[in-house]
Amino acid sequence: MADLRTDFVGIKSPNPFWLASAPPTDKEYNVRRAFEAGWGGVVWKTLGSEGPPVVNVNGPRYGAIWGADRRLLGLNNIELITDRPLEVNLREMKTIKRDFPDRALIASIMVPCEEEAWRAILPHVEDTGADGIELNFGCPHGMSERGMGAAVGQVPEYIEMVTRWCKQYTRMPVIVKLTPNITDIRYPARAAHAGGADAVSLINTISSITSVNLDDFSPEPSIDGKGSHGGYCGPAVKPIALNMVAEIARDAETRGLPISGIGGVTTWRDAAEFIALGCGNVQVCTAAMTYGFKIVQEMISGLSNYMDQKGYAGIEDFRGRAVPNVTDWQYLNLNYVTKARINQDDCIKCGRCYAACEDTSHQAISMSEDRVFDVIDEECVACNLCVNVCPVENCITMERLPAGTVDPRTGRTVSDTPSNWTEHPNNPSNVAAE
Amino acid sequence: MTASQHQSGIQPARLDPDTLAQNFDDVQPPLDGHEAAVAADRCYFCHDAPCITACPTDIDIPLFIRQIATGTPDAAARTIFEQNILGGMCARVCPTEQLCEEACVREAAEGKPVEIGRLQRFATDTLMARGDHPFTRAEPTGKTIAVIGAGPAGLACAHRLAMHGHDVVIHDARPKPGGLNEYGIAAYKTVANFAQAEVDWLMKIGGITLEHNSALGRDITLEALQSGYDAVFLGIGLGGVNALGLEGDDKSGVRPATDFIAELRQADDLTTVPVGRHVVVIGGGMTAIDAGVQSKLLGAQDVTIVYRRGKSAMSASGHEQDHAAQNGVRILHNAAPVKLHGNGKIDAVEFAYTEATEQGLTLSEETFTLPADQVFTAIGQTLATDAGLTLERGKIAVTGAGRTSLSDVWAGGDCATGGDDLTVTAVAEGRDAAEDIHATLMKGA
Repeated sequence: MADLRTDFVGIKSPNPFWLASAPPTDKEYNVRRAFEAGWGGVVWKTLGSEGPPVVNVNGPRYGAIWGADRRLLGLNNIELITDRPLEVNLREMKTIKRDFPDRALIASIMVPCEEEAWRAILPHVEDTGADGIELNFGCPHGMSERGMGAAVGQVPEYIEMVTRWCKQYTRMPVIVKLTPNITDIRYPARAAHAGGADAVSLINTISSITSVNLDDFSPEPSIDGKGSHGGYCGPAVKPIALNMVAEIARDAETRGLPISGIGGVTTWRDAAEFIALGCGNVQVCTAAMTYGFKIVQEMISGLSNYMDQKGYAGIEDFRGRAVPNVTDWQYLNLNYVTKARINQDDCIKCGRCYAACEDTSHQAISMSEDRVFDVIDEECVACNLCVNVCPVENCITMERLPAGTVDPRTGRTVSDTPSNWTEHPNNPSNVAAE
Repeated sequence: MTASQHQSGIQPARLDPDTLAQNFDDVQPPLDGHEAAVAADRCYFCHDAPCITACPTDIDIPLFIRQIATGTPDAAARTIFEQNILGGMCARVCPTEQLCEEACVREAAEGKPVEIGRLQRFATDTLMARGDHPFTRAEPTGKTIAVIGAGPAGLACAHRLAMHGHDVVIHDARPKPGGLNEYGIAAYKTVANFAQAEVDWLMKIGGITLEHNSALGRDITLEALQSGYDAVFLGIGLGGVNALGLEGDDKSGVRPATDFIAELRQADDLTTVPVGRHVVVIGGGMTAIDAGVQSKLLGAQDVTIVYRRGKSAMSASGHEQDHAAQNGVRILHNAAPVKLHGNGKIDAVEFAYTEATEQGLTLSEETFTLPADQVFTAIGQTLATDAGLTLERGKIAVTGAGRTSLSDVWAGGDCATGGDDLTVTAVAEGRDAAEDIHATLMKGA
């Protein structure tokens, strides 16, 4: 059995599955249930300053989009940070850490962008026995209007400044949670790194309106006929998160900075992908909110099963293995030539590949009167669209032309020597070609 | 030469070998990977799921289905086997439409439950096909337990005891292990010698010895077992059958349905198994259905199952009754046999109509007669030996996890009181008795 234990910036947990700071981690009751179900760690719902807590709306907080069969694909929320008094949260955190010493307990914090506010809260958090803190620079709704959350995360200088304060005023590891609502994730990551952050975690939610009610013309979720943008999360955001994680993992300035991966982790496979892109652990929220805390059992058994099959004894054995394979477009091998191949035994003759190719691509699939679909190699640019729209898995595959054969589309002989855009004669910057 | 379906008497080879092979093929073919993914996708991962509650072995069904959905059928199989080591057979023979699938919330919502049984088979077949055994034994305890009967209860008990580090000797009355899995289930439900393959796979845990042709009361006594072993588990099933108790029930052509089902299962060549032209099956349970359908599939011209009560009282599930009807078997309700006709050999059965009254079933004056050159009786089975134990309604009386009237003897499965007479119930009882035996033997250890 694979060893799933992780040591993330000195914080140990029995498995890499943490619950993200969110509604599921707002109270001792929930967190206790989570740990009993097997979660490795919890980032407590974001704490605010002492004094009267924030208030939430009293109408719906969530909007959603669904696939067929009402599979929840994306969730949007307008809930704010914890609306319970700071001292209650701190007391409960202390109890939890005492009862579950082997699990990771992280405090998420969001206070005004003033040194005194951060200096004041940190000793209280430290007193709970929490293993670390996560700076919430991510929430895009509500708190950002008050100069917190994503409003900080969108200004790299603020990130660096607050991170530095936290490193100065606490011995706890500092994880900086980043907002994806920014054009280039590397800038805030670099700022966190420069401020001395022990790690970054990403992504927080994406600003979104899930839908519009076409009877009363209110965005959803609707509060008395009006709506406000919320934070989007769930399976739909995973590709965005993976890219941002990869950007940080391969950036010259931030390479090696520990990353806690967040964004649509729903199954063991999602978690393994984040880990392969360098994450030391993952944080989950929507999957737990959709299916309950028990969902972690599948994540644990699946990841363990995968690692056993691959012969990985621990997480570190495959962490970051995909990072060197993330590159810029200009370095992709243009001599890698493939063609679509349709397995006629598997084909159910729906014609979706034909429609996709004929109408929207390169007219590279032929259709006979008796509905036999074939690839026309002279036209096939290997775009992969037919593979993606085919309802039968592995019915259409992309197969590489071996070196020495002639690509009927270009008339060129396929070379086994890799060559990319930087060396291509059409590239105006390619001086070597002249 | 092929005998015609219209030839009277009990004849082999009424159908050609190809038709027979087709008739006795897998009644519900396995799901392929894509079908399994689509089927698994329908599970809602319910909280405190009703399907788990409905499963006698408490398999965590939503978890194993999600493990299939996420591409880890091996993990799914382990989830199943942790609760039910005969999960492979149960996936084939469980009346899921009365258990997990009846409880499925999608059954209530759409009348179309998640195909739990077929998904279970997909997972267990995937792991078993590779021959992997997912469990290992604990450190040896030095204790040895006798398990009597290598049926579902005995096998489940033996496996769990072996896992706990005990040594186990299974005594079985028959030449092959498996009990009803091997001798008592329709051939089309468990093709390709699955029952034996499953026993071989189960035995890979180690520490279990099998003694064949060793029957309680015939070859061994309970006293000898008690003195020779640290504990005894009885999973001996119901080896006897009820007789009709009618005039003429000794005529040739009349036999217990269980014998016919066993003969058919043990036949290497289906063309050698004889069957009547006009077959009458008396009874209303799974055994009656299995005998009736298989008679039809062997080439009987007409097969009638006659049950003395109404449709809803039949212990065979609605699914099984439909299966019989689809195969051309007629089911008559509310009729009971009154006389067997024939000169030495059976040639007809006379029935009276029944009516349920407060005094029990009453028979009508009016009778009708069905031609029959073969009659199968499936009106219940009985304990073959009581071994001196306290009985209750004809079964070994047990309390808790299979505790009998003797402190070192446990019992489970069909031979013991409690639970339905189902494979899956027998597995649960065998497993739970093993846990109790383990706890008892290790007390103070």
